[in-house]
Amino acid sequence: MNALLFDDSDWSFSTIQRVHDEIEKIACGEMGLEIYPNQIEVITAEQMLDAYAATGMPIYYPHWSHGKRFVQHEMHYRKGMSGLAYEIVINSSPCISYVMEGNTMAMQTLVIAHAAFGHNHFFRNNYTFRDFTDPAGILDYLVFARNFIASCEDRHGVAAVENVLDAAHALMGQGVNSSPRRRRPDLKTEEARLRERRMHAEKIHNELWRTLPRGAAAPAKAPDETLVRKLLELPQENVLYFLEKNAPKLPSWQRELLRIVRLMAQYFYPQRLTKVMNEGTATFVHYTVLNKLHERGQISDGAFLEFLTSHTNVIMQPAFDSGHYGGLNPYALGFAMMRDLERACLAPDEEDRIWLPDIAGCGDPMGALRDIWANFRDESFVLQYLSPKVMRDFRLFNLLDDPGEPTLLVEAIHNERGYGRIRSGLARSYDLGHADPQIEVAAVDLAGDRRLIIHHKVQDGGLLAEKEARSVLRHIATLWGYDVRLQEVDASGRVLKEHNVSPPQ
Amino acid sequence: MQLIDKRLNPAGKSLPNRQRFLRRARSIVRKAVRDASVERGIRELDGGGIVVVPASGIEEPHFHRGQAGRAQHVLPGNKEFLEGDRLPRSTGGASAGGSLAGQGEGEDQFSIVLSASEFLDFFLEDLELPRLERRKLAAMKADGVRRAGYSSTGSPANLAVLRTMRNALARRTALNRPRSSEIIELEAALDAAQARGDEQACAAMRLQLEGLRTRTRAIPYIDPIDIRFRRFEVNPRPVAQAVMFCLMDVSGSMTEHMKDIAKRFFMLLYVFLNRRYEQVEVVFIRHTDEAKEVDEETFFHSRETGGTRVSTALAEMARIAAERYPLDSWNIYAAQASDGDNERGDNMQAISLLRDEILPICQYFAYIEVAEPDHEASMSPLWKIYENLGDDQPAMRRVSTRQEIFPVFRDLFRADAEASS
Repeated sequence: MNALLFDDSDWSFSTIQRVHDEIEKIACGEMGLEIYPNQIEVITAEQMLDAYAATGMPIYYPHWSHGKRFVQHEMHYRKGMSGLAYEIVINSSPCISYVMEGNTMAMQTLVIAHAAFGHNHFFRNNYTFRDFTDPAGILDYLVFARNFIASCEDRHGVAAVENVLDAAHALMGQGVNSSPRRRRPDLKTEEARLRERRMHAEKIHNELWRTLPRGAAAPAKAPDETLVRKLLELPQENVLYFLEKNAPKLPSWQRELLRIVRLMAQYFYPQRLTKVMNEGTATFVHYTVLNKLHERGQISDGAFLEFLTSHTNVIMQPAFDSGHYGGLNPYALGFAMMRDLERACLAPDEEDRIWLPDIAGCGDPMGALRDIWANFRDESFVLQYLSPKVMRDFRLFNLLDDPGEPTLLVEAIHNERGYGRIRSGLARSYDLGHADPQIEVAAVDLAGDRRLIIHHKVQDGGLLAEKEARSVLRHIATLWGYDVRLQEVDASGRVLKEHNVSPPQ
Repeated sequence: MQLIDKRLNPAGKSLPNRQRFLRRARSIVRKAVRDASVERGIRELDGGGIVVVPASGIEEPHFHRGQAGRAQHVLPGNKEFLEGDRLPRSTGGASAGGSLAGQGEGEDQFSIVLSASEFLDFFLEDLELPRLERRKLAAMKADGVRRAGYSSTGSPANLAVLRTMRNALARRTALNRPRSSEIIELEAALDAAQARGDEQACAAMRLQLEGLRTRTRAIPYIDPIDIRFRRFEVNPRPVAQAVMFCLMDVSGSMTEHMKDIAKRFFMLLYVFLNRRYEQVEVVFIRHTDEAKEVDEETFFHSRETGGTRVSTALAEMARIAAERYPLDSWNIYAAQASDGDNERGDNMQAISLLRDEILPICQYFAYIEVAEPDHEASMSPLWKIYENLGDDQPAMRRVSTRQEIFPVFRDLFRADAEASS
């Protein structure tokens, strides 16, 4: 029998250290997790609110929208409408986890296992994070972004900077490359690169050139359409990138602001791709670790019960007709699937051999899970590994909402005929390409009035919310400097709706 | 693992962003504050607190689908449905579907906690005191000394070393004064040459050295023209101060309700004056058929009986103003609250006092006629005679419920009130 790691609910730095080391033995030793070095920071409730406002980042550039989020969270917290998170974890190397000073020691144990090992392992190994983010450089880049934006505010005024940032924020959803580029962005060199570009511009600037006589104007030639499209990389789904590179009227500091917002959008993109997996992994890890600690007598029954209370709260899934329903809980679904996969590895039944053929009965659940954590995102994970048992446990069903029909149709339920359709239906709902509207820059009228033409590829007849779309278009027009036209186009190429916006004078 | 205690780091990291947000939301917050203030008492006005603003003016737009079109949802918790069932849209299933489709449209309004001073700022924004003049006050508030650049004369205690050295350096550089290191180097070279016995080089170097030394002597390290002193100026700032006369009829016809309204108005005026002037004094004058200066407690709470002679209060005010508040250093404001009654024989006297003595010395004279909530608005004697003053008439409003106090107050002190009053 091992000695208890702690026996009262108050935490201290030495207990946290001891618990962390013990968890490390289990997580890295027995479960085979690979993590970035951990940095655990104890913060107060007020600091947690600050962190919320800055989307969890320790450093963030100033903007009114962060103040708005702060005001909202503060209000909710003060009114007691919502508690604060127990932790926030940042995809960086070293991996920073914030833990609240108000947590009991049992909670700190849960939080460390969950964030400092579960999320940490996922950040380090999942391919979306590896492809899209640069955890070693992110903090430096945030410092650079904050300083750069502050210097822009000094030089050009807060209002001018805010205008550009507002516009860029409106396009954050259209600021990611959904397939990774060959070269990973190395955020550390960003600042050096910017300085280099400026030096170069200064070096090649020569007042004398201005006085050179101009030659006779070359006869106007219609630009070669295919060449132009190739040069402009059209069609382009990353609207922010397109504007940063091609907007004719933007001064270079504004392009840099767009770049900052775009890189931040890209940094957060994997978190949207892997909500279920990320939380499922972390929940699975804390559950496994805490159970092992308890089995070995390292935490008391009381602490374990406290943990179970929090754990069951976290993985609660209200039914669709309950007042608490707010969509599928990623913690619940992710955890249930991970546990189910573990079961299928160890004690598969006939069904598992049909539905989960590659892992059923493999006998090495941790190996299988590590492989899955590294190589899937929500959409593909659900499509491949949502088993009939989980569908039955959640009593999932498909509901078709067709505006043309007077009633809703139950398409599939958790039975033999429905498993496949539920699986693919749920996977589709995690496909961001399907969930977000598909916007792309389609063309630029270079020979005419420089109008920018943007397409929305309408799926299933869902048009954009018009009022907000027009506000976003106004932002695009501000950046582009000329008229912008948004066409909502269906699969056959028919234009369903058109919005025209001119830049503000 | 690294374990860091961040709890002692400075808090309030989000405050600048919060300020930016408030600035952004200025107009809608201001409107919300106005709406909220209608329901508040004056004491609460000082307390800040929660205001609810609609999220419409401060949204962050992004592209999203309006109506979802043909959509498929996967939902948990099936209890009774079978494949192929058709559900009416109004059931739980439909509302669940609806809430899914409506994602991103959630926040309709949200609340902001304002501090007391923020709340007052918003409330009093764009209000202006009419005929605000910064009349000079006696020297008692004259502020001390203030930095006023540099001068070339002064006491040694005020020597500005940095500035002096900067000037000296500039002058030495401009006149090309040799550096001591140059001389030392040359001397060393000379010694070396002497040791070698190179007489020709020695002579050249001696000549050069002599030149350098002459220059050094001619161009001093610090010249009197370099010297600067910190200059200070006595800076008497004219401090505006105001006195506020509260006149109230306390005769039997004034009910508690009326007094309560009057009190609210007086307090509002006090809060407002207090923000505009460094010093505000308040004089309470109550009257029945005779007037008396009293303290605040008595003013609002004691009951008197008797007739109503407004002129007595006006005379008392004129007397106190002449005695204690000379016009050249005081801004005089007056607010009168009454139910409008006056003894018939007193009207002429009141009006001549007002026209000839009170209005000329006042920056602003506001007359609030208070009434019972269900009282029908009719011309009261006092209202009629004040109105007869024509262009000179004081700012007059009639108030019968608490809710009207704030709008009436705002109305009286609108930034452009000057023109109309």
